[in-house]
Amino acid sequence: MEFFKNAVGRKILMSITGQLLIIFVIVHFIGNSSIFLGADGINAYAKHLHDLPPLVWIFRLVMLTGVAIHIIYGIQVTLENNKANTKSYAVQKHLKATFASKTMIWTGLLIALFVLYHLAHFTLHITNPEISAGVAANFDALQRPDVFKMVVLSFQKGLIAVIYAAAMVMLFLHLSHGIQSFLQTMGWNNDKTRPCFGAVGKVVSGLLLVGYVSIPLVIITGLLKL
Amino acid sequence: MSEHKTMTLTLNVWRQKGPNDPGKFETYTAKGITEHHSFLEMIDVVNEDLIKSGKEPIVFDHDCREGICGMCSQVINGVPHGGQERTTVCQLHMRKFKDGDTIFIEPWRATAFPIIKDLVVDRSAYDTIIQAGGYTSCHTGGVPDGNTLPIPKQDADYAMDAAECIGCGACAAACPNSSAMLFTSAKVAQLAALPQGQVEAAARVKNMVETMQACGFGNCSNHYECQAACPKGIDVKFIARLNREYLKAQFK
Ligand code: HEM
Ligand code: SF4
Ligand code: FES
Repeated sequence: MEFFKNAVGRKILMSITGQLLIIFVIVHFIGNSSIFLGADGINAYAKHLHDLPPLVWIFRLVMLTGVAIHIIYGIQVTLENNKANTKSYAVQKHLKATFASKTMIWTGLLIALFVLYHLAHFTLHITNPEISAGVAANFDALQRPDVFKMVVLSFQKGLIAVIYAAAMVMLFLHLSHGIQSFLQTMGWNNDKTRPCFGAVGKVVSGLLLVGYVSIPLVIITGLLKL
Repeated sequence: MSEHKTMTLTLNVWRQKGPNDPGKFETYTAKGITEHHSFLEMIDVVNEDLIKSGKEPIVFDHDCREGICGMCSQVINGVPHGGQERTTVCQLHMRKFKDGDTIFIEPWRATAFPIIKDLVVDRSAYDTIIQAGGYTSCHTGGVPDGNTLPIPKQDADYAMDAAECIGCGACAAACPNSSAMLFTSAKVAQLAALPQGQVEAAARVKNMVETMQACGFGNCSNHYECQAACPKGIDVKFIARLNREYLKAQFK
């Protein structure tokens, strides 16, 4: 179908899948923040998620499809843009484009890499098995897998905390351009809303950055411990 | 008459013999330039010197020299049309520069705008996009009486704002993706706002966007460089309108 090859059609698909991903990162943060309630909070939340098997799989399928569409079109559109632009100005001054807007493909690909690492770390328990492998077998007092212990032991390691924080900076950059961009792509924008959406985009991405980074931060500083 | 102080400037100008020549920068000295010279007149002065010394003058596009035809097309110090708000190269004046300045002058650079010679590029791709639907072909019979087709003032103003585009190509020249979305959207939005444009609205937006792609322009990443470079201040709200029109066209 023409829509899937069209310059605007593909951007609309990127926009919709981007919106889906934004909803996910917001909900995921709200869920994760249960760690501030201590072991009881996050272990109960994790148990809840695991007790919804059919739903979890439908959800995973939708997310996987969305991510695939977003990444495939992201790469395709960027390659086309590079071909259309000769990149041969001796002097070029950008008046409006930002570091964030010019690096969408790189912040995006780094986020994708991080998601793979994140799954290997907390879901598949491939990296740092000395922390996580124990956890699957390690149940808390209520016979729930001790996710709290796994997270705290992980973020007490400087390298892991830094990887997570760096990935959240990538997400911040991606969304500080992406949020106002998806509104424009959907056509939900005009000259009056544009400055406002630009500011809202930066504030929302900033809040997500602060929120997500606060978790490894409170752990590595020892404010939150076992 | 008051006495004019004159300026001496160093120009780094892109010289390219033809489409297949690799091209290179040449350095020239512009002497005796006053603040009242327009940018193009400044190049005229340099060209006279070049002709007198038996060299080939710098070839550049121009026509009206009053900011309405869209022919003048130079990237000056990294910004199409030189970066003065809502100003074409021909309307840019040397009072914006000062004695001793070094100025880089380059042609529009985009795969879809191949260089013909020096600063002249082939912008016929923009005509191709218009030919794909940037018109209305309703049969209206004889000339209709004035005011038989009432159009609200707001719609007329909106359409006129979009119709200000002079087709100069600065939007694609400024875009990091060499996208022609600002130009294409201005025509789509102009006609979508008017009753005459409704009949062909769905086909127009699809055909114009497809043609833009086929011409080799990139996709829009919403950097908004185009609006900043546009000598007519065409607003990127028209790109949002195009996106809306494109979505609407899917359900037609
Ligand atoms: C949590 C993950 C992600 C979120 C929330 C997200 C969100 C967004 C949003 C909202 C946009 C704006 C869409 C538009 O302009 O209409 C966008 C654009 C983009 N995304 Fe993502 N994205 C994510 C991951 C990725 C990944 C993994 C890639 C890898 C390739 C990627 C590549 C891109 C590119 C290249 C663009 C710009 C496309 C363009 O305008 O030219 N994103 N993203
Ligand atoms: S939109 Fe502005 S920059 Fe683009 S062609 Fe029209 S007048 Fe020139
Ligand atoms: S020469 Fe006509 S707009 Fe500049």
